[in-house]
Amino acid sequence: MLIAATLAIFVAMFLAILRGIVGPTFYDRILAVNMFGTKTVLLIALLGFVMGRPEFLDIAIVYALINFISVIGVLRYSDSKEFKHDNGSIEKEL
Amino acid sequence: MDLLITIFSSLFLLIGSFLCISGGVGILRFPDFYTRMHAVGITDTLGAGLILIALMLLSTDFFVFTKLCMILLLTLLIGPTTSHVLAKAAMHNGLNPKFNMDIDEQEDEKEMGSSNS
Repeated sequence: MLIAATLAIFVAMFLAILRGIVGPTFYDRILAVNMFGTKTVLLIALLGFVMGRPEFLDIAIVYALINFISVIGVLRYSDSKEFKHDNGSIEKEL
Repeated sequence: MDLLITIFSSLFLLIGSFLCISGGVGILRFPDFYTRMHAVGITDTLGAGLILIALMLLSTDFFVFTKLCMILLLTLLIGPTTSHVLAKAAMHNGLNPKFNMDIDEQEDEKEMGSSNS
């Protein structure tokens, strides 16, 4: 059952990275990266139990903190010009 | 007692992995940024919580249990915070939600057809 959950998380990570590559807006990519980071934490914790080495949980804690800091750090600059969203151009692209 | 722990941890793992996959399908298939964020925000928190609770049931060491509790608390704090900040930044920078998807798509198709003809 642990291995099945690991495979399910692999599938979810694959779908998230697809949205990160395709994603029409900038915010879709940030959302995909955030989801990928959360799934990485779960994957590391599960792999530690599968391989019988629960010391991996320390790495999982560090990954959760890095994920949070990275998303907040990117959105710290959301006042800048590159983050402005132009609705018209995106809808034409779609 | 052992059997009960196995059954409950397997059940939580199954539900959690189902929620993770449904979050992945949601982020890929939903039409709008805000609906995608809804799918990811809900399934991330609940799926991660269920999988971590299942690992807690499987853990034998006290330190492992404590570390899993810390990861669960961090996930429960971080997920809603990042969702809130992301939605606020997107709304503030003028990314509007889409309304009436069907009508929009039909109009787009009409425009495409008229421009082609």
